[in-house]
Amino acid sequence: MSQGQQAAALDAAMNQSASQLGAWHPVCALEDIWPNMGVCALVEGRQIAIFRLQDNQLYALDNYDPHSDANVLSRGIVGDLSGERVVASPIYKHHYQLRTGVCVEDASISLKTYSVELRDDTVWVQV
Amino acid sequence: MMNQLTRIVIVGNGMVGHYFMQELVKRHPDLHAAQLQVTVLGEEPRPAYDRVHLSSFFSGSTAEDLSLVEPGFYDRPGLELRLNARVSQIDRHQHTVTLTDNTVLPYDKLVLATGSFPFVPSVAGRDRDNCFVYRTIEDLEAMTAAGKTAKSGVVVGGGLLGLECAKALKDMGLETHVVEFAPRLMAVQVDEAGGKVLRSKIEELGVHVHTSRNTTAIVDGATARHRMVFFDDTWLETDMIVFSAGIRPRDELARESGLAIGARGGIAIDDFSRSSDHDIYAIGECASWHDEMYGLVAPGYDMARTACAHLSGETTATFQGADMSTKLKLMGVDVASVGDAHGKTPGCRSYQYTDEVRNIYKKIVVSEDGKKLLGAVLIGNADEYGTLQQMTVNAMALPENPEFLILPASDGKEKPGLGVDALPDTAVLCSCNNVSKGAIGEAVAAGNCSIGAIKSCTKAGTACGGCVPLVTQVMKAQMVKLGMTVNNHLCEHFPYSRQELYHLVRVEQIRTFDDLLHKHGKGLGCDICKPTAASILASVWNDFILKKDLASLQDSNDYFLGNIQKDGSYSVVPRMPGGEVTPDGLIAIGQIAKKYKLYTKVTGGARVDMFGARVEQLPNIWEELIAAGFESGHAYGKSLRTVKSCVGSTWCRYGVDDSIGLAVQLENRYKGLRAPHKIKFGVSGCTRECAEAQGKDVGLIATENGWNLYVCGNGGMKPRHAELIASDLTKEEAIRMIDRFLMFYIRTADRLQRTSTWRDNLEGGLDYLRDVVIHDSLGLGAELEAQMQHVVDHYQDEWKTAVNDPEVRKRFRSFVNSKAEDSNIVFVNEREQIRPATVEEKKQAKVIPILATTE
Ligand SMILES: Cc1cc2nc3c(=O)[nH]c(=O)nc-3n(C[C@H](O)[C@H](O)[C@H](O)COP(=O)(O)OP(=O)(O)OC[C@H]3O[C@@H](n4cnc5c(N)ncnc54)[C@H](O)[C@@H]3O)c2cc1C
Ligand code: HEM
Ligand code: SF4
Ligand code: SF4
Repeated sequence: MSQGQQAAALDAAMNQSASQLGAWHPVCALEDIWPNMGVCALVEGRQIAIFRLQDNQLYALDNYDPHSDANVLSRGIVGDLSGERVVASPIYKHHYQLRTGVCVEDASISLKTYSVELRDDTVWVQV
Repeated sequence: MMNQLTRIVIVGNGMVGHYFMQELVKRHPDLHAAQLQVTVLGEEPRPAYDRVHLSSFFSGSTAEDLSLVEPGFYDRPGLELRLNARVSQIDRHQHTVTLTDNTVLPYDKLVLATGSFPFVPSVAGRDRDNCFVYRTIEDLEAMTAAGKTAKSGVVVGGGLLGLECAKALKDMGLETHVVEFAPRLMAVQVDEAGGKVLRSKIEELGVHVHTSRNTTAIVDGATARHRMVFFDDTWLETDMIVFSAGIRPRDELARESGLAIGARGGIAIDDFSRSSDHDIYAIGECASWHDEMYGLVAPGYDMARTACAHLSGETTATFQGADMSTKLKLMGVDVASVGDAHGKTPGCRSYQYTDEVRNIYKKIVVSEDGKKLLGAVLIGNADEYGTLQQMTVNAMALPENPEFLILPASDGKEKPGLGVDALPDTAVLCSCNNVSKGAIGEAVAAGNCSIGAIKSCTKAGTACGGCVPLVTQVMKAQMVKLGMTVNNHLCEHFPYSRQELYHLVRVEQIRTFDDLLHKHGKGLGCDICKPTAASILASVWNDFILKKDLASLQDSNDYFLGNIQKDGSYSVVPRMPGGEVTPDGLIAIGQIAKKYKLYTKVTGGARVDMFGARVEQLPNIWEELIAAGFESGHAYGKSLRTVKSCVGSTWCRYGVDDSIGLAVQLENRYKGLRAPHKIKFGVSGCTRECAEAQGKDVGLIATENGWNLYVCGNGGMKPRHAELIASDLTKEEAIRMIDRFLMFYIRTADRLQRTSTWRDNLEGGLDYLRDVVIHDSLGLGAELEAQMQHVVDHYQDEWKTAVNDPEVRKRFRSFVNSKAEDSNIVFVNEREQIRPATVEEKKQAKVIPILATTE
């Protein structure tokens, strides 16, 4: 994957997320998500993986892993690769960037990301 | 000439004959296109096998393991292999060979690779039953059969092969004697002082040695099957006899057809490996070059290469004799001889070192001017073999005080080892496979940076294994030279190997990943280092793996205590130690599987797996299983899986010990133990081996004298037989040895390295492992055992802890904000059970709704 392609895929992912502004939904309490782990929320029929990192930074993206055709990403291990935060799919171990949804091993694939916020200890996502 | 078909006939499909064929195919991958038609005639019932490692047949290798022939090798066009085909005659005028069944085959070029036969002295009674020779797989099969009823055995001949054979008899549990005609053992390789040390070493091991004994007759014995009578009318009684009194070239075909024969026998050949008839080549042990015959395989390979080159029209390669240096481990005793071991060179001088306490003898022979090393003898410890052999062969300059080459290193002083840099690129490091230092360098440059990778890429160290230490040294030196750090870092977050991290965790008493990352790593971690750390923390402390600070480290399998399946559902595998289960247990499993609509299967691991559980069902299912008396089977973890067992002496009419009892005990002892990779055990009640224990990481087989312990086998992608590491153990001894073995593995293996690969990458191989585990050479035994006891004492059933902890239990749900189920998990029916729907079926929505309750 060349630098150019990667950048293009990244742009596309960002635009997609930004262009589809939806309604905000409350999902769960912050303490329902253990640090450095994910949960899956069902919002408007979509499965959304929400991760909480050590610094309480939250990320939300599709729970569906296109490489394995299974809804599993919320059960993946989070961490960082070259400084970029990622989640590893538990099935075939592809990595997805938490910030952008881009697959590290195959930048032609990127997952939809969602805005996520903490309001008074409740986690909200915009779908 | 090149345009017309050349018919090549090869007589003998032994080690060298087969090697010749490999060389020929290397030169002409398409024999047809090269106008070659090749027929190989072998007298034995099977294609070429590794005679050098024949003895490993006794420690579990099968004929298949020993085979040298890659599947399909002889099926190529233009090549035919005939087995059970013995040549009885050569007609040089007609250019034909005749087989014993009277088939006549024409040849243009004939290659004789007929090897040699064991010499049996002409002693009256040598044809009696239970008298054997040691050359073919059939010989060994016959010996094994006889060994079952025999109590004692005698080897006639105290040379290399004789001692190897004596070890085999000893391992069979026989009272073993070696009878040697000469006044010392290994008379050819070793000088008198060395022979003495060797003798006491071998007697220490419980083998009786009789030198200067000439057998005159073998008659009926009074207390055993045979009585061997010696020249001075003394005698020795024994149940079986193996002759290993040297070999003789099989040159009968050559003699009868009038080819020139060497002064001491053997088919006389020139530097191109041609016999006196230039259409006939002779290679291997049947050939005699300048009246020298070589009873080793490497010179035979060299002749094969020469003959093959010459046949293909190349005249630059010639056979120039061979270095007969050898180093062997005989009955656990290092024995090495290099070059002029006996100091026969005029004017030479020697240095000797003897340690009568530890039975070590070392000698070097140097040239008159003291500048060159001519030869050496090493008994009891041969660490310097590689250095001395290379110095001799490459005529390298001796250091100032050559005696230091063999003196034990005194404190703090480095021995004047052989700087591997000083070796020329042409130096042959692995003589079995003719691999030079240069070739190792190239392999490293191409990215092969572990000894395992070097072995599979260059074949160095794969025949006898003797050159592995030197090859490793060269590999590392080359890596440094190429600016590669010898990098075994786990991942970008930790500049350490798994082994080093393990050490840090233990020594610094680290109990959490955050602590480890903070002290020794950087960044946030990843899906490589987190599970590795989790496994190390579990091996060392054995805390509950779903504790808050450990949970986020676990692979999904460990995290949900089940194996994730392709559609995101999980399997449920309760433990059934040794495969034992009560009828009530079976009924409970049946009822639970039915209630939750799970697919059930009896697996190869001898237990019942249930598939198709959703995350939210897991705690409920397990609650019911626990109530019925089951525990987690750890099918999801890199940990002990199962101990497969036969019913043993309890039920089986052949059983000699309680294999099922031991299996249950072992499974209960090691259940839950976290390791670098999964571990499987097998226990068989007798040598019929119904539990296939030799295909496992740890295998135990009952014999009349106790348990035999096998290690480092596996099935899977590259199956491999386990190797015998200790025999005749009591149950308690076996458990202690397994404690040590497993803990040593857990300490030193890399991430996801199974025991077999781990063993392949241990520099000293099985012998080293045996020294550490059985003989406690590192003095770690007690520590390893204590550590295992800690793990055993801290065992808890993970599922029990999980279902009883509401916080943990909450984690088992598909959605944090809904009780709905994952609609992507859908099943269809097949053979009266569920299976995951395919993508196509999901699209067509031909699915059964899931009715099972989740309450
Ligand atoms: C137990 C043991 C341990 C050994 N250990 C070592 C060691 O540590 N290091 C080492 O270098 N060497 C060792 N050797 C020696 C090594 O095995 C031989 O040097 C090597 O096998 C020689 O190869 P070859 O092809 O010349 O002979 P072989 O391997 O004996 O092959 C000759 C083949 O030709 C067949 N044959 C003979 N006559 C006919 C005929 N008329 N028609 C058809 N077929 C025929 C024979 O049946 C045989 O299969 C050991 C040997 C033994 C037995
Ligand atoms: C010059 C190169 C060689 C070196 C450096 C060498 C070195 C060694 C060493 C160190 C061992 C002991 C291995 C161990 O402890 O596990 C050994 C064993 C052995 N070597 Fe060699 N050797 C060489 C050549 C050969 C050749 C040419 C052969 C024949 C093909 C051979 C056959 C054997 C055998 C059969 C063993 C016994 C293996 C065992 O212990 O089971 N060696 N050698
Ligand atoms: S291994 Fe032996 S004891 Fe066990 S079942 Fe087979 S024959 Fe019986
Ligand atoms: S052999 Fe392959 S398909 Fe079968 S269970 Fe193992 S990994 Fe799966």
